[in-house]
Amino acid sequence: MRTNKFVPYLFLLPALAILELGLMVPLYNAVLLSFYDWNFGQPWSAARPLGFANFERLWNDPVVWRSVRTTFVFGFWVVTLEMLIGVSMALLLEKAVRGATFFRTIFVMPLMIAPVVVGLIWRYLLDARNGIVNFYLLQIGEAVPALQNFGFKAHTWLGDPTLAMVSIIVSDVWQWTPFVFMIVLAGLQGLPGDVMEAAYIDGASWWRMTWHIKLPMLRNILLIALLMRVIDVFRALEVIFVMTGGGPGSSTRVLSLTLFQTAFTSRDLGYASTIALLLSVILIVFSLVLLLFSNPLKDKADF
Amino acid sequence: MAGTLDRAVDNRPRRRIPWGDISRYAALVVFTLITLAPVYVMFATSFKELVDIQSRVPRWIFMPTLTNYETIITQYRFLPYLISSAVIGLGSTAITLLTAGMAAFALARMRFPGRGLIAQTTLVIRMIPPAVLAVTVIGFWIAWGIGDLVPGIRFTLPQGLGRGNFLDGSQLGLMLFYTALNLPFSIWLLFGFIKQIPVELEEAAIVDGANLLQVLFRVIFPLMGAGFAVSAIFTFRIAWNEFILALMLTNRFTKTLPVFAAEFIRDDGVQWGQMMAVGTLIVIPPMLITFFAARQIIQGVAAGAVKG
Repeated sequence: MRTNKFVPYLFLLPALAILELGLMVPLYNAVLLSFYDWNFGQPWSAARPLGFANFERLWNDPVVWRSVRTTFVFGFWVVTLEMLIGVSMALLLEKAVRGATFFRTIFVMPLMIAPVVVGLIWRYLLDARNGIVNFYLLQIGEAVPALQNFGFKAHTWLGDPTLAMVSIIVSDVWQWTPFVFMIVLAGLQGLPGDVMEAAYIDGASWWRMTWHIKLPMLRNILLIALLMRVIDVFRALEVIFVMTGGGPGSSTRVLSLTLFQTAFTSRDLGYASTIALLLSVILIVFSLVLLLFSNPLKDKADF
Repeated sequence: MAGTLDRAVDNRPRRRIPWGDISRYAALVVFTLITLAPVYVMFATSFKELVDIQSRVPRWIFMPTLTNYETIITQYRFLPYLISSAVIGLGSTAITLLTAGMAAFALARMRFPGRGLIAQTTLVIRMIPPAVLAVTVIGFWIAWGIGDLVPGIRFTLPQGLGRGNFLDGSQLGLMLFYTALNLPFSIWLLFGFIKQIPVELEEAAIVDGANLLQVLFRVIFPLMGAGFAVSAIFTFRIAWNEFILALMLTNRFTKTLPVFAAEFIRDDGVQWGQMMAVGTLIVIPPMLITFFAARQIIQGVAAGAVKG
């Protein structure tokens, strides 16, 4: 379409202005502030330039690196479980069943619920004293005493370092498995029918078809789902914030929570911005990798 | 003779047990229960008296009461926070659709220097988390008094809904961030939808003397209902549910509902009944959206991963 050469920019202007103010300025701020010592609540005139001291501190900070490790532990279990359950669900339900619309609606629900509310619900379910989970574990343990050795008793879910990690993993898996399920299901339904038919006529078993044909053909989509979950693991904060607040001790303090607490508990905005920069770099790298596999602009135009 | 008998046996209709279907439905039921149980517990708890909530034995059958809802409305500032949440949610959705629609139109239909760069950068920065935004802007926000100053627009609530404004700097700021967080996804989602519209329609409109704005608003936008629906759902979801930015940037007059819900965790224990009442009310709009637009939600999620 031939237009005046300024016209495209006029149409882009509102969106770009909002992106600039809402996403880019905070990133510039992160770069700027990471060279300063500035506390939350102080006027900007009180900021003191530090050179690279914040970066040196970051490099040597055991708290930050421990929280990176915690993020990896959390992320490993969450992503593994969600991929396993999500892909199995999709394979199981690929064939059209009666009531598909109903089940589809149910499975979409967790994705739409506010993460804070998810955290609050699970905190209630896992409450040590009145929690429903503990009540039924106890009941089963009393009915079959042998099971008591296998964990069927009351636990202080959010008060024990390992169990607190288990708790936040459970709530994340509950909320995000449907996401993997939906992506993989869409992928399965997009597979060319003739290939499946040919394999079926050749007498391939369900297992062989799944393992040797469907999953390899879905490789890209599985990778995309995996990457998106990994990215979200680094973004996750709200559920952990309301369920454990990073505790007990620092057992569930993931990187984004360390960032938050450095800024608002220690009030150290300069150093927090350095951590924010680290987190942003991690996420931008993942986004770039993701773009290699799923660039929405590829194929659509000559970008 | 034996042969005929065998054939007769063979021809008898076999009643095979459909193990595949049975296991499928069993799995569906299990997944459905696991999905619904926590939501049901929240819902039920919000209608329980304190005695029923504190009972050691979970009470599945109880006398429902509206006490918790009454408390949050009469003793807390639920209504102003609801209005705040609604204004921010609907406001950022409207701004996102309008600005993303215009940007997508330019990217899809015009050629200009920097087009590829703009599109790619948008996609690279789309994953910046709210926590990073909160931490890096809050200092200036407070130091420069943005939350109180920026507005220029201040509408005061009518008497009876409590004191305070329903549109001030902190809400405009949140709208800005939620719009920015959603723009990348919305722009390229709408980009895909515009690409599917035949260019001939626009050319015909231009031949008839329409200018570009008229083409966009009269020709393109009316054909993009489906795209706008998906984009609106995802924008509203973020703006309505987001917690960290809202926690840091709002003041006691402009809190959103997620922030309000988390406030029932106190040092002296958690007010479960009231918290679950707020939680239930937060969840209702997204639930309604799910019931009416599950297909669009799946389309959006799949588009994020599969398309392109």
